[in-house]
Amino acid sequence: MDMMALLLSLSLATLRLATPLIFASMGGLMSERSGIVNVALEGFMLTGAFAGAVAGQYFASAWMGWAAALFAGLVIGALYALFVIELKADQIVTGMAFNLLAMGVIPFLTKIFYNSTGSTPALLVEDRFAFEPLLMAFALVALISFWLYKTRSGLWLLFAGEHPEALVASGVSVRKVRWSAVCASGAFAAWGGASLSLFLASSYSPMMTGGRGFMALAALIFGKWKPVPALAACLLFAFADALQIRLQGVRIGDMEVPVQFVQILPYVVTIVALAGFIGKSRAPKALGRE
Amino acid sequence: MKRFLGFIIGLTVALLLTLIAGENPLNIFMILMRSAFGSVYDLGLTLSYTTPLIFCGLSVAIGFHAGLFNIGAEGQMTMAVVTAAAVGVLFPQIPFPVAPLVAFAAALMMGGFWGAIVGWLRAYRGSHEVIITIMLNFIAAGLASWFTLKIIPNPHSQNPETALVSSNYMFKDYDLIARFFPDTPANASLGFAIAFAILLWIFLWKTTWGFQLRAVGSNPEASHRAGISEKKVQILAMTLAGAFAGCVALSEVLGSSGQYRIGFSPDYGFIGIAVALLANNNPIGIIFAAFLMGALHKGASDLDLETSTITRDFSRIIQALIILGVAAQGYWEWMKSKRRKS
Repeated sequence: MDMMALLLSLSLATLRLATPLIFASMGGLMSERSGIVNVALEGFMLTGAFAGAVAGQYFASAWMGWAAALFAGLVIGALYALFVIELKADQIVTGMAFNLLAMGVIPFLTKIFYNSTGSTPALLVEDRFAFEPLLMAFALVALISFWLYKTRSGLWLLFAGEHPEALVASGVSVRKVRWSAVCASGAFAAWGGASLSLFLASSYSPMMTGGRGFMALAALIFGKWKPVPALAACLLFAFADALQIRLQGVRIGDMEVPVQFVQILPYVVTIVALAGFIGKSRAPKALGRE
Repeated sequence: MKRFLGFIIGLTVALLLTLIAGENPLNIFMILMRSAFGSVYDLGLTLSYTTPLIFCGLSVAIGFHAGLFNIGAEGQMTMAVVTAAAVGVLFPQIPFPVAPLVAFAAALMMGGFWGAIVGWLRAYRGSHEVIITIMLNFIAAGLASWFTLKIIPNPHSQNPETALVSSNYMFKDYDLIARFFPDTPANASLGFAIAFAILLWIFLWKTTWGFQLRAVGSNPEASHRAGISEKKVQILAMTLAGAFAGCVALSEVLGSSGQYRIGFSPDYGFIGIAVALLANNNPIGIIFAAFLMGALHKGASDLDLETSTITRDFSRIIQALIILGVAAQGYWEWMKSKRRKS
């Protein structure tokens, strides 16, 4: 019976912890399938987490926070698109710069808004999400996998990442497809962040993403740039994270397992997953190229 | 020149941002300058930031030359610095000239090993080096904090830091640069950093290995046909990159503090990306780019005290905008090539 309770709590924790990863990796999918490398997911998530926490607290409503995260995500996505699509800046370099920018701008704003060194005030329990982002995350995966393979605009996205020339030949603007995809990428990843600050926690705290943007990207690669396998990879990483929280303070015989060893578990799992079982994972052909 | 222009644009935009906080950008600029170069003490601190930035900039640049993006300098550096501290704490009886050499060699090996993991995974498993290096950074931080807090903690301090290495390991007594900047952590490793930058320049442009490395970076297909093993080059490049990041052990442990302190690095590994980019991956240029970034970082450190709304985190905004300003240079080059064609 104890075992059952443990399994149940572990699975629930896995689902909760997977939520931000799923949103972010769907964000990554939009961008990368359109041919634009996106290592800025971490910064997008931080932006969404912060915007969500601020608006959620101001309006005392998680839904307003959610809307603010959407808006902030679209804005930062558009900025990213401006740099990588119009100004032809190196995609990885720009992505890292955006991460750095988010890490610098947010403390700057918290200082102005709240005169604090990085955290936002906490939301009341009734103003937080109870479970909604979790459902939305799964719905988003279903929606994207249907849209990607069954609709004309979904096909455009795939072609922008595989054979942009073919898209040009059929009279569709690759530029517009990529712009929309990168903006959507910003929005989804920002929701991933907002599900951290409005669902898993009740405020924004510095660096609260803790590398989840990169894990989401790893999940995307592990999932071969496909929505459902990427979802499965997110669940795997979230399970490692849930296990990590569960294992803290556990003893093996007389030895207490050092907490740091437990904490690095999700990162180790990510590396092993990427190095071990990925098989032939083929990136979209035009990824990172013009 | 274009890069310098990008630098100026980035810095200007960052300074204009301070208007939002109700500050005078010119005033902020003056604070940055005064705090970076205002006195011998300030300059010493600026130089003590410059040294690790040179090492990390070189580390990132080696990756770029081989077509790899090394975001892992932070982790490589962390592992190496802890290793140097560990050697110094665990083997206090080794005599002076040998001791720092042993510690440095151990640091180089550990840094190189941490980089080689990435090179190997990239070459033989096709793993994405950006994600692998980020994950290894987290793992390095975890391992280092365990080792520091559980294995060799400093018994005389509440701070999260290792015990002090034996004095045989420090080159303080022979350190001319340190004498020049009393009471600051500036030390002789600045000289080593400059020497290593020159050595790397020679390696890249005057040796066969260096040529192969650059060849794989600029045209992997052609190099493959020319019989250069891409896999070997990737592993070599990441090992070297890790070793260069590992050199930070010189300035941090052997040159100044004599210990590993958790959080000693204000993200040197990441600022190193900006340094490499600003210098167009030219090792000699990296010396100057690191000095600029070091000055900005030191400059920003006094913003907390001298303004009411702007904190030292502001240096991140400046760095990010400078990277963007320089990265978007592709635009100008692209425009020029287009104009030439038509």
